[in-house]
Amino acid sequence: MDFQLTRDQRDLRAGVRDLLAGRFGREALRAAVDSGTAVDRGLWRELGAAGFFALRLPEAEGGVGLGLPEAVLVFEEAGRALLPGPLVATHLAAGVVPGAAAGTAVVTALDLGERGGPLVSYLAEADAVLGAPLLPSGEPVRSADPLTPLHRVAGDLRGDVSEHRDAGALLTAALQLGSALRTVELAVRYAGEREQFGQPIGAFQAVKHLCAGMLVRAEVARTAVYAAAVTADPGEIAAAKLLADGAAVRGARDCLQVYGGMGFTWEADVHLHLKRAWVRAEQWVTAAEAEERLAAELLAADPAEADPAAGGLSRIAADADAP
Amino acid sequence: MDLTYTEEERDFRARLRTWLGKTLPELPAKPSPDDWPGRRAYDLGWQRRLYDAGYAGLHWPVDAGGRGATPTQHLIFLEETERAGAPYVGANFVGLLHAGPTIAAEGTAGQRARWLPPVLRGDEVWCQGFSEPDAGSDLASLRTRAVRDGDDYVITGSKIWTSHAEVADWCELLVRTDPAAAKHRGISWLAMPMDAPGVTIRPLRTLAGSTEFAEVFLDEVRVPVANRVGAENDGWRVTMVTLSFERGTAFVGEVVACRRTLAELARTARANGRWDDPVLRRKLGRLYGEFGALWRLTQWNVSESERSGGVPGTGGSVFKLAYSHARQELYDTAAEVLGAGSLSLDEEWVLDRLSSLSYTIAAGTSQIQRNIVAERILGLPKGR
Ligand SMILES: Cc1cc2nc3c(=O)[nH]c(=O)nc-3n(C[C@H](O)[C@H](O)[C@H](O)COP(=O)(O)OP(=O)(O)OC[C@H]3O[C@@H](n4cnc5c(N)ncnc54)[C@H](O)[C@@H]3O)c2cc1C
Repeated sequence: MDFQLTRDQRDLRAGVRDLLAGRFGREALRAAVDSGTAVDRGLWRELGAAGFFALRLPEAEGGVGLGLPEAVLVFEEAGRALLPGPLVATHLAAGVVPGAAAGTAVVTALDLGERGGPLVSYLAEADAVLGAPLLPSGEPVRSADPLTPLHRVAGDLRGDVSEHRDAGALLTAALQLGSALRTVELAVRYAGEREQFGQPIGAFQAVKHLCAGMLVRAEVARTAVYAAAVTADPGEIAAAKLLADGAAVRGARDCLQVYGGMGFTWEADVHLHLKRAWVRAEQWVTAAEAEERLAAELLAADPAEADPAAGGLSRIAADADAP
Repeated sequence: MDLTYTEEERDFRARLRTWLGKTLPELPAKPSPDDWPGRRAYDLGWQRRLYDAGYAGLHWPVDAGGRGATPTQHLIFLEETERAGAPYVGANFVGLLHAGPTIAAEGTAGQRARWLPPVLRGDEVWCQGFSEPDAGSDLASLRTRAVRDGDDYVITGSKIWTSHAEVADWCELLVRTDPAAAKHRGISWLAMPMDAPGVTIRPLRTLAGSTEFAEVFLDEVRVPVANRVGAENDGWRVTMVTLSFERGTAFVGEVVACRRTLAELARTARANGRWDDPVLRRKLGRLYGEFGALWRLTQWNVSESERSGGVPGTGGSVFKLAYSHARQELYDTAAEVLGAGSLSLDEEWVLDRLSSLSYTIAAGTSQIQRNIVAERILGLPKGR
């Protein structure tokens, strides 16, 4: 067992980080927010050329031939950079929708929950919907996240994503993880620079403890995401999504708290992390779905592993069975 | 990233499993929690079996009497013994997890030869005399004094919350050897025999009703200078070595146990109808996911320490924080499943619920762990 990144995996991650820093750094992010450009076709093609979408496609089919662990590392970086667009859906469409692998097509998916009518992200930007025969039409909705435009689609909507649900959930969890780790960094940096009462606010324990809590949640989520990528086990994927959603959403909120009034401004990036994390938490597998899936697994877990001598709970169970 | 075990590791697991299957049925009945001599005998008897079978001090260095096993083998050992429901280290906790590794790392050849074999054989029990009534989280402010008199230190002061003091042969004792020095500077680490004249033990009752720990009063206790591990006044550094071991792998087996408890809890909820409550059911599902992730975090930390040559890192604080809170939530959720059934102390797990309350306090409170994470991992400034 060597549950650590290999050299190649480290290099891959560093390479993607460099690429994104050069091509979608903070200024590009803010420019995209200001202009409302959710998908930059030029960037999309560059991502395609860099193998972002074709990463898991076999080499024989023109792909890079890597696996879920590598994809997770790449998506973690995308989450860190707040890279917008239907990244997961297009990645999943590689080899299925023409142009997806190369980044010449933008593919979205019906991956959002159904409450209040189906919402679809990036519909106006998309060339195709994963698993759907046609591109549906819809009414634009004012989206909470400035870089995730949403449409409400009326009528009979088809586009079965069930076969993609696990991979979609895992890659989305990786995006959340990247965002969670990034907000820890932002909070720690701000806490070291901002001074109040004659010292950096990071010297105050209340602030320190917020940051430590953020790191703990992010680290637990990180190992959950990496392990799920290695095993591809549906239960582990559900847990990874659940924990990464929590780490990203709570991480962004705690980061906002550390930033104080500055955190409540449009100027600071914190709200962008929080809003994107909210969107992703509704994608592929929600917290409630993940918890239900895990509960079902728990019930099916092999009780033979239980120590009969410990017995407290089993005895109560037996009592409960008695009339 | 690889979660598969090597052929060698799988072999090791298989042999261990066979041995456990044969050995566990031969164990005597568990003594009651209040029967201290019985518990000591039971725990040391188990240690002796491990020793005879070659499993004692598995991950200790070979020159310290251990087997020099890899961190992964040690992980497998803890996982399998817990799975099989084998006794845990029990009374041997401090010897195996703190004092032993510290002496192995910092002691002289003579000290290693004197103290390590009896720990591994299950002949001697150690306790930890660090905390004092006025020095808990602020451990370095400890006041128990050791004054040199010829070849001895003469020690006066008191220790508190000393686990297993009543059955211990030795105590890893922190004393102040230079009262004039800055507080972290004047401390030394000593091995004190618990039967030395002047040592008085007064059991303290825990909230669970047991006498898990005690107060230890020291009245002009003479301890040979030769019992000092590390240089005089260098005890703080030695202590940091000890504490890194404490936070390293101490909870590995327990993560496995928590997953088992959850599985039992799910069956109980199914039997008593509570499973139909979606809020409770989802809470159980979430906990299952969390403990799964904590197990993966353990594997991550172990793999990391394997790559860095076996030294436990600060990741232990991250783990302890997450684990101690998850464990408390587990037992609170169990109480929700069991309703009024959770009020009977006859149920072993109710005692576990009570004992889970100590997890955010003992071995460094959650607040202190957060300080460690913030300052040592995240690099935030120290408060003034
Ligand atoms: C079951 C159990 C077994 C134990 N066994 C042993 C043993 O064998 N040997 C031994 O030496 N000790 C032992 N201890 C003692 C344990 O290490 C201490 O209880 C622990 O370190 C906390 O110290 P304290 O109890 O003095 O609490 P205090 O330090 O008085 O803390 C009280 C509260 O104040 C908070 N606090 C204190 N300082 C800070 C700070 N700087 N920032 C923020 N919050 C702070 C704490 O987090 C806590 O909430 C044991 C304790 C328990 C519960």
